[in-house]
Amino acid sequence: MRSSKKFGLAAAVLAGALSLTACNAGAGSTASQEAQQDSVTVALTGEPVNLDFTTTAGAAIPQALMSNVYEGLVEIDQEGKIQPLLAESWELSEDRKTYTFKLREGANFSNGEPFTAEDVKFSIERVQSDEWVSSLKSKMDVVDAVNVLSDTEVEVVLKQPSNAWLFDMGTLVGAMFDPSGVDDLANTAIGTGPYAIEAWNRGQSIELAARDDYWGEKPGVETATLRYFADAVATTNALQSGDVDVVYNMQAPELLSSFESNDKYQVLEGTSNGEIVLSMNNKEAPFDDVRVRQAVMHAIDRQAVVDTAWNGYGTVVGGPVPPTDPYFEDLNSVYPYDPAKAKELLKEAGAENLDITFTVPTRPYATAVSEIVVSQLAEVGINAKIESAEFPAVWLDQVFTKHDYQMSVVLAVESRDVLTMFNNPDYYLGHDNSKIKDPAAKADAADEAGYVEGMKDVVRTIVDDAAADVLFIFPNIVVADANVTGIPANSVTEALDLTNIGWK
Amino acid sequence: MAIRLLINLARFAVTYVAATVLVFLFMRAIPGDPAQIALGVNATPELLARTRAEFGTDRPLIVQYFDWALGLPFGDFGTSYVTRQDISPLVLDRVQVSLILVVLAMIVALLIAIPFGTLAAVKHRSPGGILVSGLSQLGVAVPNFLAGILLVVVFAVGLGWFPANGWTPPGQDFGDFASRVALPVLALASVQGAILTRYVRSAVMEVMSEDYLRTARAKGLGKMEALFKHGLRNASIPVLTVTSVQLAALIIGAVVIERVFVIPGLGSMLLDAVGNRDLLTVQSVVMVLVAITLIINLVVDVLYTVLDPRIRKAS
Repeated sequence: MRSSKKFGLAAAVLAGALSLTACNAGAGSTASQEAQQDSVTVALTGEPVNLDFTTTAGAAIPQALMSNVYEGLVEIDQEGKIQPLLAESWELSEDRKTYTFKLREGANFSNGEPFTAEDVKFSIERVQSDEWVSSLKSKMDVVDAVNVLSDTEVEVVLKQPSNAWLFDMGTLVGAMFDPSGVDDLANTAIGTGPYAIEAWNRGQSIELAARDDYWGEKPGVETATLRYFADAVATTNALQSGDVDVVYNMQAPELLSSFESNDKYQVLEGTSNGEIVLSMNNKEAPFDDVRVRQAVMHAIDRQAVVDTAWNGYGTVVGGPVPPTDPYFEDLNSVYPYDPAKAKELLKEAGAENLDITFTVPTRPYATAVSEIVVSQLAEVGINAKIESAEFPAVWLDQVFTKHDYQMSVVLAVESRDVLTMFNNPDYYLGHDNSKIKDPAAKADAADEAGYVEGMKDVVRTIVDDAAADVLFIFPNIVVADANVTGIPANSVTEALDLTNIGWK
Repeated sequence: MAIRLLINLARFAVTYVAATVLVFLFMRAIPGDPAQIALGVNATPELLARTRAEFGTDRPLIVQYFDWALGLPFGDFGTSYVTRQDISPLVLDRVQVSLILVVLAMIVALLIAIPFGTLAAVKHRSPGGILVSGLSQLGVAVPNFLAGILLVVVFAVGLGWFPANGWTPPGQDFGDFASRVALPVLALASVQGAILTRYVRSAVMEVMSEDYLRTARAKGLGKMEALFKHGLRNASIPVLTVTSVQLAALIIGAVVIERVFVIPGLGSMLLDAVGNRDLLTVQSVVMVLVAITLIINLVVDVLYTVLDPRIRKAS
């Protein structure tokens, strides 16, 4: 008798505890609905390790901070065009070497300090100093001098004319800092942007609160929370259970079908700066022979790769330039899918029945892509053996630094990175840049029309050389509550601009 | 008694020091350069050298080891070069989360295992007992993370009763905490409960076949009465042993469950730190886990002497 009473008691306690928690779950969700109009929660994968993009690489930090907390003189809009931001306007001198910026009045940093021409000088010179350790700092090498003309006017003198520089000023190297706000960049971010960091719950989320003293239009919501997840499944689960409103840059297209058929959600497919680069070590056999590289280009049916590996999301462009860049053109016709031609080229090169190692980083896109690439290569007689490399640690060490690889695949996310990748023979791709070095420099120094034409030529040369096979432009997939508006579908810089996000 | 404790403490110390050396060397042996990861693509050799010097990873290994290990007894884990923050307070935050999860899961698991295990033993020939045995067999076969994923699919995404993932500290909003902790605790506890049920069952069955229990029955006690008065204390010793081993396993199991439920515990901290080659943080988290495991063993050893007078006397 005693025993059964005890069992009963234990069961009752357990049941009670469970029902209590279930009630509370209900209570929590009503509260969040009331607060909904004033806040938005965006799910992302990959949390920043710290807040300092001047010393730490990776997309997560600028994604959270640029446009939201930090601003530059200019910004890059959704079409990839340069627009004024902290600079109201600018003039370019006859020799195309001197930019004179007129700065916005009334802008201030979140620590209360006003934004002036002195801050522009400080920020640009800081990139050139030893304080910046990020390798992107080289983008500021072209600056010769920064002259403060008045509080709201600043002149930047370049060593030679550069089209790329003004664009780069709209990316993270152009972020404007306050001299008194850079002591602890890893943990505090002080910028002129519409949001300030309210809280950072490590391992979970960054909470951004709209600033009352922001110089521009107030953002669509008071609080924007960036919640970080380990994988795509967790993000969509959180969306379905109502914990998040937007899943940005979603990395599992196979999960999309259930959202596309449901009116409660919207699915957006934007473009991004990310290229899925199938790399071939240009300096090592067998890929030091251009014919072997060209054979690979002909052997791969890129549309089939997108359809199989990424459910058809993504744009096949046949070259290393995303559609939002000014010098974009469709280069699919250069290497059409043609296995017979591929075999012919391999025969010519004496590389029939080729055995290669394919180093695949541990990322969802890479594993998805590698399987189909291997099977297509097999059809022309290239036997690729997949070797997995932990990303980033092992991949960076082995492929990127030691160039110890034959073939690899990686998502290159940096904006306008075609020259970074191909105009440097010491880069891991090992592309011989002798044919593009001078034309690229000439294009950068030319006027805008000359820049676009010059760069198109450079890109064509790179593609003719089969320096790498860009399989497709990575899509920026967004899944969101159907009532959320103002989501930037295109990801043209590192930033995820939250300012226009609001509710219907 | 005192000698036994001293021996145990000495064993604790030796194991701990050996573990520091092992984890330190292991982290240095795996490929991947923290400076390279911090700088990412396009890093130049000069920038890499500068970053390595800043991180201190260019110093001789022996210097790096002592710099880190000598701080440990004082709770000083050093400063992470990835987060640029002191590691100790960050680890302390995460330890609390993991311990809440693990302790709740163990309590629930025991609440499942003790009654059902005993029931299965006492009624091992009846349909109820066979059913419990069968279910526990099934539970043992299910990995933690699979239980977690299934619970999310059914109760969060399907029925919408609970949030799918996330964490709220109990002090901040207890209701939200409870709703978020329910599924991960259940995921850990259901598997753990199944494992323990089997041990409780076999321990109780063994005790039931002992002579002293037959004597107790002969004195006129009922089956359950005899078991409660004379059996459970004896049955509790093997169960305690298994519980302590399982508690350590649960902490490791929580690593995966934390990933599934996006809980900022030690496990997710460890995984992130390994990914970033945040060597000091990895080493420190592992040492905390080692310390917890060793402390559990120490406490269990003391509990043995409480439960079993023979052990007390023998030492």
